[in-house]
Amino acid sequence: MSVATQEKAKRPPSLLRAVAGAPRGLRWALLAAALAVTLWLPNGLYPAVAVDILCWALFAVAVDLLLGYTGLLSFGHAAFWGTSAYATGLVAIHAGVPFPVAVLAGALVAAALAAPIGYLAVRRTGIYFAMVTLAFAQMIYYIANNRRGLTGGENGLQSVPRELFGLDLTDAYYFYYAALPVVLLGLWAAWRIVHSPFGRVLVGIRDNPARARALGYPVHRYKLLAFVLSAFIAGLGGGLFAMAHRFVTLDTLHWTTSGKAVVMVVLGGIGTLWGGVLGAALLVRLEDWLSFSGFEAVGLVTGGLFIVVVLVFRRGLWGTAADLLRRRLNR
Amino acid sequence: MSAFLQHTFDGLVSGAFLALLALGLSVIFGMLRVVNFAHGAFYMLGAVGTYLLLTEFGIPFWWALLVVPLALGAFGMAVERTLVHPLARLDPLYNFLLTFGLTLVLQDLVKLRYGTTSSPYGTPSALTGTVDFGLFDFPAYRVFVLSFAVVACVAVWWLLGHTRVGMLVRAATERPELTRALGIDVGRWVTPVFGFGIALAGVAGVLAAPMRAVNPLMGADLVIVVFAVVVIGGLGSIFGSVAAGFGIGLVQAWGESYLDQWPIVAQTSVFVIMAAVLLWRPAGLFGREEAPA
Repeated sequence: MSVATQEKAKRPPSLLRAVAGAPRGLRWALLAAALAVTLWLPNGLYPAVAVDILCWALFAVAVDLLLGYTGLLSFGHAAFWGTSAYATGLVAIHAGVPFPVAVLAGALVAAALAAPIGYLAVRRTGIYFAMVTLAFAQMIYYIANNRRGLTGGENGLQSVPRELFGLDLTDAYYFYYAALPVVLLGLWAAWRIVHSPFGRVLVGIRDNPARARALGYPVHRYKLLAFVLSAFIAGLGGGLFAMAHRFVTLDTLHWTTSGKAVVMVVLGGIGTLWGGVLGAALLVRLEDWLSFSGFEAVGLVTGGLFIVVVLVFRRGLWGTAADLLRRRLNR
Repeated sequence: MSAFLQHTFDGLVSGAFLALLALGLSVIFGMLRVVNFAHGAFYMLGAVGTYLLLTEFGIPFWWALLVVPLALGAFGMAVERTLVHPLARLDPLYNFLLTFGLTLVLQDLVKLRYGTTSSPYGTPSALTGTVDFGLFDFPAYRVFVLSFAVVACVAVWWLLGHTRVGMLVRAATERPELTRALGIDVGRWVTPVFGFGIALAGVAGVLAAPMRAVNPLMGADLVIVVFAVVVIGGLGSIFGSVAAGFGIGLVQAWGESYLDQWPIVAQTSVFVIMAAVLLWRPAGLFGREEAPA
């Protein structure tokens, strides 16, 4: 039984579904509230932090698409986030195209990379899948470190231009609003995938692979497609991240980056999709606050927090909220 | 020819570390179905502990080789009781995630206290010279590391294969329900086995202290290579882990010396081999096919 299934046995898969029985007005009110918060965000936080939240939100949702809806824990998604960051940076530097085009190109490169890795990785499930993706991501890390001519090695990729039809986007505040449509498009894509017939098959495979196979679904091919789509969304995030910081470092490919995305998903709630957004917002804010107050051992806090979440709070923030709301509505 | 023997020897020595780590990982996995992400962090603690025993208390290498694995084994047992055990009945991924969190905590604790700079640790005085093998001289310390690791691996193999305790552990690994039905308290062995696997990582850490740079991140990337090694050998297969550990050590050393214009070959060889094994024998070279998921 997969991670998501165990938790799912006790609660509905998403807050939206929990609200499905509720008045239609409440659903729209929630969506409107979420949009309002999103639009207000760079006014309440440092704009640069708000932009980071957007990028990581895409990354976390991509990881949850696999973990929560396909039952595959990828611990190597930094390979796609980082590869897209480098590809986006290189396209922007050498082609001088508008930044959304560069980000799209980066995400496509990430998806192309995901095809061979996924082809091999989906042969294993569960813990093996996690280890295999981790290992392949480390391989990409070594290759990037080695191809200094292309990636700049340990210096990274410097001064990535941020171009959009001559608009001045140097201020992170304006860049936030320029990046927002790309992010919303990515999140909408994830939502569409989950609620499409394809997504329902994925959930079926997650819950009972043997039955899905018996029904004639090519399980490996479904998993591979989910893997590639997830890499594409993670790539959108990674490309925007490169644009947001205007440089790309090897850190974007390191396994700690993959781990960070997984932490966000578990913190927000596995298999809740929007929980990843919440987890990303919280973790980015927490890390920013820690580094601002001069505390260097960030891993001590995030690692400790993660241990507590895994031990006693496995439903995550969104999962818990959905559960509370459902109980209230059913009363 | 002499150069070839030199590279082969170096490969076996670095393979010895991989084998010790893969062995501990496999023993733990066999009994608990837990993939211990923190294995590299425990290896690092072994090396850092060895260094601290010398600098803070003046305790030399040989005592460290005894004390550090015992202490880490005890620490590992405490970790199993307090953190790993509560998740035992859930999907093994939860324990993978838990030990990932533990890795971050352990690394940053050491970083917070001792910084990230690497500390040198002198070779024990009895092992500073070289050993003359007729035609070739090898550094005595490396010869010691290799022999110690081989003896340790053989000892574990003997322990599992030829003692009553080993028999129980194997039975509990292969058929937990049946073993329980025969009236054997399987749960009793879980904690000691976890501690034992951690102690093996500790041994590797102590042995690494005089050879490798001691710093909080020394196990961070190594653990990923060890993961690839156990996937190649077959997770849970004792023989497979050890054989793959030495084999990968050899491949990396040969790659580093004969293809030194392409360092990338040596670095990524383990992952390429893993990919090939996944295509050809998904369960690993010496692993058994899992029950269909």
